[in-house]
Amino acid sequence: MTDAATIDAGADTRRTGRYLYVASVVLLCAWVIVPIYFLLINTLSSPETVNSFPKPFLPEFDLASLTFFANFAGMLTALKNSIIVAALTMIMSIAVGAPAGYALSRFDFRGKELFRLLILLTRAFPLPLLALPLAVMFIRTGLDDTAFGLALVHTTLAIPFAVLITYSLFSGIPLELEEAAWTLGCTRFTAFTKVVLPLILPGITASAIFAFVISWNEVFAAAVLTIENRTLTAFLLQNLDTSPLHLKFAGGFILVVPALIFIFAVRKYLFAMWGIANR
Amino acid sequence: MSPRLLPYILILPVTLFLSVFFLYPFVLVSQQAFTTGAGFTLENFDEIVSYWKFPITIRNTLLLAAAVVPIQLALALLMATMVNRMQKGRDLVLYIWTIPLGISDLAAGLTWLAIFEQSGFLNTMMGGLGIVEKPVNLLTFQNPGIVFLAIALAEIWRATAIMLVILVAGIGLIPKEYYEAAEVFGASPWKRFLRITLPLLRPSLQTALVLRVILAFEIFAVVQALGGTLFPVLMGETYAYQFDLLNSGAASAMALIILVISIGFTLIILRALRVPKGAQI
Repeated sequence: MTDAATIDAGADTRRTGRYLYVASVVLLCAWVIVPIYFLLINTLSSPETVNSFPKPFLPEFDLASLTFFANFAGMLTALKNSIIVAALTMIMSIAVGAPAGYALSRFDFRGKELFRLLILLTRAFPLPLLALPLAVMFIRTGLDDTAFGLALVHTTLAIPFAVLITYSLFSGIPLELEEAAWTLGCTRFTAFTKVVLPLILPGITASAIFAFVISWNEVFAAAVLTIENRTLTAFLLQNLDTSPLHLKFAGGFILVVPALIFIFAVRKYLFAMWGIANR
Repeated sequence: MSPRLLPYILILPVTLFLSVFFLYPFVLVSQQAFTTGAGFTLENFDEIVSYWKFPITIRNTLLLAAAVVPIQLALALLMATMVNRMQKGRDLVLYIWTIPLGISDLAAGLTWLAIFEQSGFLNTMMGGLGIVEKPVNLLTFQNPGIVFLAIALAEIWRATAIMLVILVAGIGLIPKEYYEAAEVFGASPWKRFLRITLPLLRPSLQTALVLRVILAFEIFAVVQALGGTLFPVLMGETYAYQFDLLNSGAASAMALIILVISIGFTLIILRALRVPKGAQI
């Protein structure tokens, strides 16, 4: 009798624990999603609704706010600039970072640890601040207010990640595959392009997307280094005091959308990267 | 090509790139901070430190970091351990929890503005519950507490994900055998967390904290979107010196102060959480 009761009580606490666990998971998911949903309601409502009170809890699927956003002077150019800068950052950070990732995974060389430490340390600095002195340097070299100049700074931000992700990706491909290709008549280079590259391409894409997001989201350096050719973040920041609410929310939502897609695309690689970084 | 040289050739682009765009600007910013036109001077530092806003700015930034980072650490640890024992739906939950990782600080600020502004969702909910009769303007200088709360919530919402990712990756590296052994000896889940997870997670905690604390001192766009000038922080003042006051010497001095604080805290965290040699997994 008493035995059955204790077993019952045990099962009870386990069940309560289980409910508590599921409830907190759901709650934490809601904590992330609900604010984004509110932003979505505002974006898909007419400007009048956005500025009125009380707020509806369902979007009315009115595109007036988004149309206003698209027609706002300079907004589409800013959006285009954002995409150009992010694309340049993506290409440069992979082109510069991937060889280093390959070197780290395949060779033991003197200064390897030092190099790795340097890469990790760059992330321990408030890098956007370095845009201040670069502004002067860019004026001297004619790079001021260009997409390329800003992309250079964003590449500095993205490179540590590009190196670490590619390092972990290359480490995941057995050296034996390459060696087999060498014995079959490939040179080091053709073995790389014919064997390693096809295997690694999805991972490289993920790391490129990560670089894209870093650049897309960066505010401070973008605001410091561009004047005429503002990126979307810089443009929104500059107009924070003067722009109406519906413009802010539509802009905010446009900033969020790529994030949702990109994080979904790279979700598998997010963890691989940090696992290896801490070894 | 000699195979001994190959690795150096491969790391050359990164090294050159970082020298030009990381080390060199670092030298430049120090130079700019210590000169006003003629030789070495501390004038820039004098100017910013004696400005009445400066103590408030420092206090705000540190206070915000002190409020936000511990909550994020606790939340990230909780989420990471929850995900770790999850069997069904792990991928979906992880995706949802890491969404904020891709959201910029500006977008996060605007998202929370939608909740906290005068005709926003918080007011709508409070009105619906009958707490307030007409919408109150929450983000004003009369309500410094609410401004602080809004900024802190937006930061916690946005930047917990980066810690979560690092900690989940770190927990994945801990051998399962340790937990099994502890269970055999009757250790409770809480004991297992304290005695296995936390100590073995030290390298990841180190990385997560360093990254997070530095980002906390860099806070900028969230504050601009939610508080504007109501809540001055270091990075915002740097921006103001550069653009509103066109004083790049002072802006550089400010940047150097942020750098020094960041490096100081990095060293403290690295020292406090250092892993003894031989205790690594």
